[in-house]
Amino acid sequence: MMDVPLAVEMRGIVKRFPGVLANDQADFDLQRGEIHALLGENGAGKTTLMSMLAGLYKPDAGTIRLGDETVSFRSPRDAIARGLGMIHQHFTLIGPHTVTENILLGMDKPRFLLNLAEYDHSMMDLGERFGLQITPTAKIWQLSVGEQQRVEILKMLYRGVRVLIMDEPTAVLAPQEVEELFKTLRAMAGEGKSIVFISHKLQEVMAIADRITVLRQGRVTAPGIPSASTTKEDLARMMVGRPVLFAVDRKPIQAGDVVLELEGVCAANDRGLPALREVSLKVRSGEIVGVAGVAGNGQREMADVITGLRRCTAGRIRVHGQDVTNHPALQMIRNGVSHIPEDRTHVGTAPNLSITDNLIMKTFREPPLAKGLTLDHHAARKKAVQLKAEYAIQAPNVEVPTRQLSGGNLQRVILARELSLKPRLLIAMQPTRGLDVGAIEGVQRLLLDQRNAGSAILLVSEELEEIFALSDRIVAMYEGKIVGEVQTRDPETIGMMMTGGKRSPSEAGAA
Amino acid sequence: MTMPAAAPRPNGRLRWPFALRIEARLDAPRGLATAVSLGAIGVALLLGALILRVVGGDPWRAYGHIARAAFGDVGVFSDTLVKATPLILVGLACSVAFRMKLWNIGAEGQFYMGALGSSIVILTGLVPEAASRPVTLGVMLLAGMLFGAFWGLIPGWLRARLQVNEIITTLMLNYIAIAFVNFFVFGVWSEGGFQMTATFQRAAWFPRLSDLADQWPGLRGLTTHFGLVLGVIASAVVWFLLYRSRWGYEIRLVGDNPKAAEYAGVNITRNTILVMMVSGALAGVAGMSEISGVVHRLQTSISPGYGFTGIIIAWLAKLNPIMVVPVSVLFGGLILAGREIQPAGVPRLIQGIILFMLIASEVLLRYRVRLVRVAAER
Repeated sequence: MMDVPLAVEMRGIVKRFPGVLANDQADFDLQRGEIHALLGENGAGKTTLMSMLAGLYKPDAGTIRLGDETVSFRSPRDAIARGLGMIHQHFTLIGPHTVTENILLGMDKPRFLLNLAEYDHSMMDLGERFGLQITPTAKIWQLSVGEQQRVEILKMLYRGVRVLIMDEPTAVLAPQEVEELFKTLRAMAGEGKSIVFISHKLQEVMAIADRITVLRQGRVTAPGIPSASTTKEDLARMMVGRPVLFAVDRKPIQAGDVVLELEGVCAANDRGLPALREVSLKVRSGEIVGVAGVAGNGQREMADVITGLRRCTAGRIRVHGQDVTNHPALQMIRNGVSHIPEDRTHVGTAPNLSITDNLIMKTFREPPLAKGLTLDHHAARKKAVQLKAEYAIQAPNVEVPTRQLSGGNLQRVILARELSLKPRLLIAMQPTRGLDVGAIEGVQRLLLDQRNAGSAILLVSEELEEIFALSDRIVAMYEGKIVGEVQTRDPETIGMMMTGGKRSPSEAGAA
Repeated sequence: MTMPAAAPRPNGRLRWPFALRIEARLDAPRGLATAVSLGAIGVALLLGALILRVVGGDPWRAYGHIARAAFGDVGVFSDTLVKATPLILVGLACSVAFRMKLWNIGAEGQFYMGALGSSIVILTGLVPEAASRPVTLGVMLLAGMLFGAFWGLIPGWLRARLQVNEIITTLMLNYIAIAFVNFFVFGVWSEGGFQMTATFQRAAWFPRLSDLADQWPGLRGLTTHFGLVLGVIASAVVWFLLYRSRWGYEIRLVGDNPKAAEYAGVNITRNTILVMMVSGALAGVAGMSEISGVVHRLQTSISPGYGFTGIIIAWLAKLNPIMVVPVSVLFGGLILAGREIQPAGVPRLIQGIILFMLIASEVLLRYRVRLVRVAAER
């Protein structure tokens, strides 16, 4: 095994999920002692590809070889036994237990008597070897996210992995923690371990990786190129720059009055950290403003703040010139703001309630559905049947619980509900994510019709081609800020902006 | 998921040709839920029979005895209905709260508070002894509801405003309520040192079937009281509330997906408090109905754990207010038969197995189990 340079070889990997081709004939190889970055947009299939290497999924086609041997893992346990371990974005640690206890969990030894003190020592030693500072007796809940990540790495090292896959490891880290992580990764590579570093951040990838593989829509667009021989611009192009698949017919129309105005809006994310930093933005009626950006850069918080689901900590929000800052969600609905949320099942619908119940979520308070304090279920049903036909929702009847609907049909339920309100302002979050091509076109057409009818639309999408196809104006968002309005429809420039690449000095000054 | 029904032989010659296959159900046929529930009860009775047989009993005789003791003639059936009455009301109390995923296990305490509330208006003379029956009962009912609602308001408010776990608070408030009632029974209104108050005036009694014995002699000795009517009315009202009112829609929405409810502009804080109060009020009515319909005074140990049985009933009825009524009658019968044949023995065992089977059978509503030919699968 020592003289085999390739630690891992994946060939022709195909993985399908219902309605989605996650990996299409993807190849990937990994050498001993290298740090190999897997770069791509969200949904490009990076995590899926690596999950197959870590034994979480089985590929539908293709082979995985370790050295000279073809392998097929039945579980992550199998993979770890063969020296392949993966650290996920969401850690799998137990809060009230100590670092040592977490690392030992699931191991064969110790069998019965724990003798933790002895193990504490070996954890310390192992940590020092790779420059991982830890306190073995600390409880997990006392640790920062960066420290918890170190515990996850130690867990893998303790299990003797030779290949460590890290899924977006820097997403949760502060800049100085990123530096420390990089030191550790280099130390591990120095000992002959191989590391797969999944990321969509160009700068980090250039800083840490020896080689880079780029994935786009499940396919490899750059197979293991040395990072020294490429540039960020090239990578950005390979990551996002694809030809537009189909063009929707977007006639230019004159934008009207300002409907939505954000002025220096700030907000915190669910963990209480700043997520929106002084965002200022205007959307006029009859206009689609596209927000380009990689998920997790404040888009969701922005949508929540506008729709009254999240507190605005500073700044003002106006709808039709009226100050609506921190109005509750119900008030925002009455202000004519519709919202297609990013998370269809956890926010957009109540999965165990019927299509009817889901369609009336925002109209049940007013006539004709409301009759005094009662709800006219005949009227509700009639409305639902009508919307089902109008928006081509495919279901046997309107009594079906929405959990039984496919992604595209679920989105149609949400669109039917939100668009039938005839909104003055529509916040559309990832409206076509995960849908197949036909469904995408239908949804995009509905959005354009709504614009032509005079609504103001704020479109948040990670699909650049969608932004290009639909938007009248485009802004890029990165780390909670609007980093600029994009004049050219050039994927490279915008790709750089939304991945935190440096812009030219003149542009930077303008923002 | 596929699991072989029998382990394949290593040489592969003799293989069991079938495998069990468990698949997610996309849509459930009409009546499936009822069929599965009845099936589960049947299986539970068979299992119970097996256990009885193993310990040396005659299961069919035991079942026959239970059936006779609970449903055998008009007299015992009337007693069964008396037991079912508080169960219907606490079952509804739990159903309303559980619909919103508020785990109110404090129906027992709310029951006691309802009993206390309805007694206080009599014992303090708030309702004069000369008052007519409708007035007396009306005031008692109102007081019982208010006391129960207050006992639901406390955990509801704590949950809504301070995110205090309602399971703990409602459970603890049970003990407080029981001790509180005991204090009044022993310390304030004790009748000659006994753990009970003096019997209330006739106007504070619910009418019973036996009251009509003058016109219809067949009703003589039947103790079924007006509380049953109240329970049936309440079940219809709760059904209407949940399925035909705007507020009920909000409750169902919050119960299924609080985030979606928030997104739809529903005020979850207010609904949490209100639902806990309604739940408490229903349990309070149960307490009032026991006072007015059965004991006719305030005393200790008015409930053999009705509030806790209510949890089981709500669950068995799948939180459907209409189904709460028949399930309560079944459980009322089991409680009665329990006294008849063996305290806390076989009927409790059967209750437990029925509950277990019904909960386990839920999986059949979501998945279909098929026997497939292994060869056909290849």
